[in-house]
Parts: sequence; C-alpha cells; structure tokens
Amino acid sequence: MSAPREWAGRRLGAVPGGADDGDGTFRVVGKAMPRVDAVAKVTGTTVYADDLSFPGTLHCVLLRSPRPHARIRSIDVQEAAGLPGVVAVLTGAAMPTRFGVSPSSEEEQALAADKVRYVGEPVAAVAARDEATAREACKMIHVDYELLEPVTSIDRALEVPMDEPIHASSRDSNIHRLAAVEFGDVEEGFAASDHVREDVFFYEGSNHLAMEEHSATAIFSDGQLTVWSSTQSPHSVHRALSSVVGLPMGHVRVVATPHGGGFGGKVDPCAHEIVVAKLAMITGRPVKCTLTREEVFYNHRGRHPVLMWVRTGVTRDGRIRAMHFRTALDGGAHGSLGAATTYYTGALQPATYDLPAYRFEGCRVFTNKAPCGPKRGHGTPQPRFALELHLDKLAEDLGMDPVELRRRNYVRPNSRTVNGLRITSCAIEKVTDEVLAASGYSRRERREGHGQGFAVSAYLCGAGTPMYLNRMPHSEVALKVDRGGVTVFCGATDIGQGSDSVLATLVAEELGLERSDVRLVTGDTGLTPVDLGSYSSRVTFMAGNAAIEAARKMRTTLAAAAAEHSGGRPAEMTVAGGRIGPLSFEEAVAAAEELYGTLGSVGSYAPPPGISTSKYRGSAVGPSPAFSFSAAVVDLDADRVSGEVRVNKVWIAHDIGRALNPVLVRGQVEGGVYMGLGEALMEAQAYRNGLLHHPSVLEYKTPLSSDMPEIEYLIVEQPDPEGPYGAKEVGQGPLLPVVPAVVSAIHDALGVWVDEVPVTPDKILRALDARARGNDPRTGPRAFPKIPYPPCEKVAIPDAATAAV
Amino acid sequence: MLRLPRFSYLRPASLAEAVAMLADHGAQSSVIAGGTDLLPKMKRRQVQPAVLVGIAHLEALSHLETTASGAAEIGASRTLTSVLKDAGLAHHQPGYAQAAGLVSTPALRNTGTVGGNLCVDTRCNYYDMTEDWRTASGSCLKTGGELCRLASSSPRCWAISSSDTAPIAVALGATAVVAGPEGERDVPVASLYRDDGNAHLALGRGEILTRLRLPAPDGWRSSYVKLRRRSSMDFPLAGAAVALKIDRGVVEGCRLVLGAVASQPVELSDLVHGLVGQRLDEEAIEEVASGASRLAKPLDNADLSYVWRKRMVKEIVARAFRQAAMSEVAAVV
Repeated sequence: MSAPREWAGRRLGAVPGGADDGDGTFRVVGKAMPRVDAVAKVTGTTVYADDLSFPGTLHCVLLRSPRPHARIRSIDVQEAAGLPGVVAVLTGAAMPTRFGVSPSSEEEQALAADKVRYVGEPVAAVAARDEATAREACKMIHVDYELLEPVTSIDRALEVPMDEPIHASSRDSNIHRLAAVEFGDVEEGFAASDHVREDVFFYEGSNHLAMEEHSATAIFSDGQLTVWSSTQSPHSVHRALSSVVGLPMGHVRVVATPHGGGFGGKVDPCAHEIVVAKLAMITGRPVKCTLTREEVFYNHRGRHPVLMWVRTGVTRDGRIRAMHFRTALDGGAHGSLGAATTYYTGALQPATYDLPAYRFEGCRVFTNKAPCGPKRGHGTPQPRFALELHLDKLAEDLGMDPVELRRRNYVRPNSRTVNGLRITSCAIEKVTDEVLAASGYSRRERREGHGQGFAVSAYLCGAGTPMYLNRMPHSEVALKVDRGGVTVFCGATDIGQGSDSVLATLVAEELGLERSDVRLVTGDTGLTPVDLGSYSSRVTFMAGNAAIEAARKMRTTLAAAAAEHSGGRPAEMTVAGGRIGPLSFEEAVAAAEELYGTLGSVGSYAPPPGISTSKYRGSAVGPSPAFSFSAAVVDLDADRVSGEVRVNKVWIAHDIGRALNPVLVRGQVEGGVYMGLGEALMEAQAYRNGLLHHPSVLEYKTPLSSDMPEIEYLIVEQPDPEGPYGAKEVGQGPLLPVVPAVVSAIHDALGVWVDEVPVTPDKILRALDARARGNDPRTGPRAFPKIPYPPCEKVAIPDAATAAV
Repeated sequence: MLRLPRFSYLRPASLAEAVAMLADHGAQSSVIAGGTDLLPKMKRRQVQPAVLVGIAHLEALSHLETTASGAAEIGASRTLTSVLKDAGLAHHQPGYAQAAGLVSTPALRNTGTVGGNLCVDTRCNYYDMTEDWRTASGSCLKTGGELCRLASSSPRCWAISSSDTAPIAVALGATAVVAGPEGERDVPVASLYRDDGNAHLALGRGEILTRLRLPAPDGWRSSYVKLRRRSSMDFPLAGAAVALKIDRGVVEGCRLVLGAVASQPVELSDLVHGLVGQRLDEEAIEEVASGASRLAKPLDNADLSYVWRKRMVKEIVARAFRQAAMSEVAAVV
C-alpha cells in the first residue's frame, strides 16, 4: 500500500465556522491518529457482544426452516421442552406482532408462525443451560410443513404464483414494490438525440461478510429489559423490541456493543435480538444467542441481485439528452429496507451526470431466498456498474474518449438535479483529474491482456429522510462537563468505521483538548440521546454536526465563566491547548460550575429543508445534505487462455470535503476497494435448488489478503459548506467506481464485455468464444423481463427559482 | 460458531498401541494428527468418531530423512511446514515440495501433516456442508443416504480427491508405508486410493499411514501445478503432476497424474506413453495437454463451472510440463 499523502499541503479553501486557533490550523482535526479504541482492540480487552457473559446465562439456539417455502401445519415442542437442561422453548405463536426495519415493510415475525419463506428462517427457539443442550433440543422440535412451490428467480416471481404468493400483502403476485417516475420529457429527449443505445446488465447478490457474527444478550429485571447486541442501529432494535415484546420504549434499553463490522448487515432488527429479549422475559434469566457463520448468511440483508436495462440518447458531441433506466431486484423473502433499495437503484444516476430528462422504473420481487437488504452502497453499486459500462459503450459508439464523454455530462457544484436533489460541494472534476494523473490512464500500456478501466460515482452523506416518518432530529448529542472530565453522549454507533474517534476529534478540537481528554458514551439507548444508526454514511455528517453544536455551546459557557473569573471579555478567551483564556481547562470548568451549577449542553442535527425540491412517490430516497464523489482507475491483466484476472493496482480518488483523520479515511477507502473487488470478481450469494450454495467462508469466495493489489488513494479535500469542519462521507463511496472500473479494464485488455458481476474466468472465456465464432463478444443477460410498471408519475423539472441552491 | 461433538481422545504410547486402539474401536474411531481436515468435518457432523487416536506425538511417524541419492522418507505426522523447511528435500524432490507448499494457507500447513494431506477426505459441495444444510438438502451417499445429490441415478459417490500431494506422490512413484494389525506393508501410493468418493482409501481396519517414501530422482524432474480460485487457502479445482526424464530434449520416461478431477488421482499412462522417445516440444506438450483435458471428467460439485475446470486441465498440464522440462535436474550431493 502506498504511503499517506501529504495532508497539510492538500487543504483547500476556507473552513466554514471552524474553531481554529485564529490562524486556520487545527490541533486535532486532520491529524493522522490511531482510532481512540485501537489499543483496546489490538490487545483484546474490547468486550464484543459474544464476549459478554452474565451469571446464570441461558444459551439460545434458533431452529431454522429446512424448506424454502411451506405452510407450518403444526409445531410440536413437547419433547424438546422435556429435555433436561432446557428452560424454555419459544415459537412464533408467542410473538404475533410483525416488525421490519422500515414501517412500509413490517411483515416479519421473529419466529415464523404460519409459514416459512426461505431456508434458514427461524421457526422456534430454545433457551437451555448450555449451547449443546439447546442445539440438541432443537432437533426434538417437530415441525409439520406443507410444501409450497418455491420461487427462486426474478422471472419466476413475475409469473402468477403456482400455489400462493410469498406474502399475502402483495395480493396475488410476488411483486413487492413498483416504482415509475419521469423527470422532464424523456421521449422528446430521445427524439432530439443523434444516437440512442440500450444495454442489459446483471449484478449478483452478495453478503456483507463482517468478521463478527451477530450476537445478542438480554436481561429482564425489575421491569426493565436490556439488550446488548452487535447492531448498527440500536434505535431500530429499540423500536422493534418495544413493539414486539410489548414494553414501553422507556422500559427497553438497547446497547450497541463494540463491533466487528456491519456493512449494512446489522441495520435491521434481527430475529435473535427479539427472541433473546422474549426468552429473558419468560425465564427471568440472562439469555444469549450468537449466530454461526451459516446463520449470518441466512439472516443476510445483503446486496440485492439486480437485473438492469438502460437506454440513453446522446448528441453527436456526447451530451446526454435523455435516459431511461429500469431495474428488477430479487428481494428474497422479506421487505427489509428493500423499498428504499428499489428507489436507490434509480436515485443517484442524476447525481453524477446532468440528465436533462430521466425516467426510472423499478421493481422488487419476493423470492424464497434469504432476505436482501442494505449493503455498503445500498442499491447504488448495481446501477453504478450498469451506468458506467453503458457510458463506456456509448463512448465507443461515438468514437469518443470515455472520460471525455463523462466530463461533458458531469454535474456541477451548487446545482439542482433533474430529480430535485441539491448538489453543493462537488469535486467530481478534481477526483477525475487526480486519478487520471496518478494512473497515467491516457498513456497506459496497450498490449493484449493488459487493461485499465475508469469509472466515477457519487454517494450520500446521510439519508435526508429518516427510516420512519418524523420531524425530530436525526442525531442528538449531550455533553457533560464537570470536575470529573468531559463526556460525550451520543446514540451513534461505532461499527468499526471510527465514529467514536470522529466524535472525540470534533469535541476535542472545539474545547481545545486532546482526544484522550474526551470520554465517550455511545450507542446506548438508555444513556445516550437518539441517533438513527450507522447507515447511509450519515454519522460523521449528522452526529458530527450535533457534537459540534453541543461543544460550541459548552465552549461559550466556559469562555464566559473564564472571562468572569479573570475579569476579561469572553471574546478574548482563547480556547486552545487545554486552556481557556488565562485559566486551565479544569479551572475554567470549576469556575463555570460555581457560576452556573451543573454543566451540560446539547446539540442536534436535522438535514436542511432545501436538499430536495421534488415531491413524488419515492422522493424520500436520494436527498442528502451533501454528496461525495469518487473516481477509480483499475489496472489488470486478463489471460485470454484461462480467463483469469490479476488486478495489479487500483488508484482511487475520493472527494471527502475534509479528512478529519486520514488514518480512518485510508481504512475506509481500502475496505471499500477490497469489497468492490470482491463483488467484481468473486462474491455471489448464489442458490441451487432453493438452497444457499456457499454458506461458509471457505466456499463463499472473497479476496484474501494475498489477492489484494496495491491501492493508491488520493484524498481530495474541498470542504463542504455544511459538513463538520467541511467533512463528507467515505464509508461507502469508494466502493462504487471499483466494480465498473474492473469490468471496463477487462474490456480494455481483451476487447470483450462481461455485463454481469462477478466476472468469473468462465464468463470471460464465453465472451471470447462468442467473438471467435463471430458473435457479439459479450457475456451477460440477454433480455430484460416484461414488468407491469404503473404509468409514470410525471415530475416537472424544478424551475430556476425553486432550483436555486 | 460450530462446536465439536463429544469424543474420547486416546494417546497411544507406541505405533503398535495406536494400531491396536484403532482395531479395537473400529468404525467408531479415527486417527488424528494435525486435525485440519478431521475437526472441521466433525464440527459439521460429517463424521462423528467417538474415539480419536492421536498419532502426532509418535516418534515412529515423525522422522524425515533424505539420502545422498535424494531418496526421502517422511514421517506421516510431520507438518507440511516442517517438510518445506528441509533443504535436502526441497533440493531433491522439488515437485513434492512445490505441491506441499501449495496446500491451503501457512497457518494450516503449520498444523496439517504429510500423511493427512495424502489421506485428506474427498470433497463435494453437497457434502462439505453443515448438518443443518445437509438436513435441508437431504443426505447423500457419503452421509448414509440413498441418493447422490449430484447425480441422483448414480450408484456411486462422486466426491473429489482433493489432495495436492497425492498426484505428485503417484507421479514420483512414491511408496506409502502402512502399519496395521498384521504388521507393516509397503503400498505404492497409486494403490492407496480407490475410485469411490465414499471410500477413497484402500486402508484396512486399524491401518495407519506411517511414512511416505519418495524414490531417488535418478535424473527425473518433477512439477506440480494447482488450479484454484484464489492465491491461497482454496482446495484444488484441478491439479497436474508431472514426472519427466529427458535426455538431450528426448523423453525417456514420463508420468502425468491429475488431481481433483475424480475420486482418486488419475494417472494418464496411455496418454503420455507416446511421448517416450519423442522430443518434448510445444507441439507435443499441446497434444498431451489437450488429451488430458479430454480425459478429465470434473463434475459440478466444486467451485466454478466444471466446463471451465475441464478446459483448464489443458492449461495446467501444459504449464506442469513446461515447468518440469525447465527445472533443474537435482544434482546428487
């Protein structure tokens, strides 16, 4: 891996509202430092969810369905309940309330009661004195299934169900969600185009593959339920628990434990979290459940497989006149966040390219597979893959350089997209320049079997709309300062991305302290104010701004006290280096306590109203207070004889606004590149006869450390006007351009298109064989199915006054 | 995580005692050396021996000796890593060392043994699954069922021989020393295997593989090429082992053995017979490699498409021949 760039030399522009020392420099922000919990993690003192153990803990094992689609005629638990050591056996009948991470998809039961919809769906749970006993008891539970026709493909799901639909809520079909919206006049755009092209693409589903398997422990005592869980959104779990187990929110506390990775797989409230809570309430004892790796594959909520069709009209000089984009998502057995995922497959195309007219039609179907949901990039890596390759092909049609074609259509800073999204800071040109210069893309070595590919992308800095409709803040922070020190309370959950470090950095900077002076209490619904969770790359932007607001209030208070104490004016009280004016920080705190009593301050964040101007079905998906932009060049060798691909190097430039801590930024960029390469070349949550093909980390292929190429990352810092110290997201964006850039590079190397990922060697050989036979040199889906989309909702393009940013 | 089932662990004081223990407990028992193959299989309940007889500590199984002529005798419980560190072996038996170095990961080679890799269970992606998965799928011939899940009309199990060292050992004409209730016997490694995924080892009750004998190179060169998806960890999707004796460009002797395309290593003696007396040029290599690909019959029970794996047999055989032809003939020290 390449050495970090010179950070200091790369700061551009003024810092809005910065708490600098007056000379534009920072003491903590922007410094390359280890995570605040680095030593605890590497020395093993961090207590992860599965490390928790309370006296008298019962162990819970879930019995899962061996059938992809079946009615449950009966469940007989008598024999299991009689096994010595078994304390309780639970079935779905005891928890009829349905839940789901999204209020639009509350169709899940923690334990299926009436029917099962995928292999691996939980149907019963045992709490026993130890895990082995619980597992043995599960084998003694007799479930009588009435088999139903399993639906295992998008095509099949679009047909009339043979037996019955997977969910009664979708009436007589297996279509979960349909979307159809048009911005501007697409047909007029096509008519005015010199060239129109259509392509079909497929993106396979994949699992998050977080190193830590999910784990939860519950205690119910004195009317209070506490659940410790490796969740990304304690707030979502809190809401689901309260609803399903029937306790007021105030009687339920959810603690997000230190994380071994989420990537979207721990956003949904999960069956085991609810089951341990219910069992703790029934037995009065602590109950714990840790999933096996196989169970994590069944719990899934991973990347949706998506089939895509795109039609674009361009002028001779490469200006896009109109785009029509269709998607079909294989959702698996439940809704999860799939309604949002569906809209995300159409939302961000206009956030990279200025589309004068755009039509999006999306469809999500239910199938008898593990439920898909949000995974890093949430619904946008698939259309990004399709869009970037489609533009490569358009450029080829026009005889134009693919980068130049893109540049002619790039979105501009401070603009409004055709679908009403507000774009503010935007370094898309700069990330393009940086990655091209570093990789030498335009001067690349041209020889058979060697290629480079370029792609660009955009991503949100937090969803502009909460997962359930409300007007409350998205993130809240409370700050306690007294003679005992400084403590930040925030519901934000550090899932490994480093949000704790970010909060400590911002508060330390604001109060003139070091990060180690700031104590953190995070992700605990009983102790911390609400944060919606670690998803949609929202935490740095939203919790960060909330923390800054709280800290600035506290700084004002302390400065006032210091001024009063020393006889100066508050404005003269410089806050820096552990001092406030002439006083030490501790002296200033003591002075403030004397003057004002208990010291506390709060801050909160909600996105500003202007981030979206258009209202239509699905318009809640897409708006964000800011967008990050990424560009990648991938260099690889592809063997024409074997079809094997070796990635030599990835250059990635990312528009982060400001790097609050370059070490964390690097970690996120590298992780994103790794995940992108895995999805491009290997990963597949694939099924055979309704059964998951590879529910193990040996057989589910993901790149090993020895497979990883060199990564050169280029961090572009053009501060965002609303981001905390100008910062934007980095957790998800850098994954996005990697996947299309790999496939583009394969085309560059061998002259064939593989229009579906993962690109396995046999797919490359099939495309080469097709070329040898004089056929279309391509592997990929041939057609897009006929889908009963509703008539398009026509949305007017925002007029100049509305569009003003 | 997956947990081990309960079992008794026996620690014999001698090889003879180990043999007696195994004979005593019969089908209920298994030997264990490194355990890298056995323990995950026990966790997945593919096998559930009630008794494990440890052999890793036995002196009789742990020596390593290379003679001046380059002949090697390796104790079955030597770890692959320890063998790879032996300079004499690397010098005289480069093909074997190459194969041993391509097994799994460094961590697993630190624990996995020479005997373990030769005996490694056959693999099939209908078989190497957890108990829950197999319950959903239905049991197969190898787990006591009536039906092969891969080929439902098949009377036999098609699980794949997945050893990296077996093909090269066969190609080198190696001998396995087997201890049993009747004493020791020498078996050509080629005869150690059976073409049955469900009973791939020709070992009797109570028999233990104790040593591997690699003959002196005597001017033979050798090479092993492994096909796998990733640069480490993965089992072979196909393997090609070549032993070659060439004099001034003309082939004097040749053995080609394929791994991971059947339930046992497949020696293609008829195919390479015609090479003897010929010059080993690119054309000859191409012809043999194409022939090997035609004869290889991988099935749809491993990673990636079996059509691609069959096609790739040609490539790895060609690579193995080129590698072997270019390799130095080990000088006799």
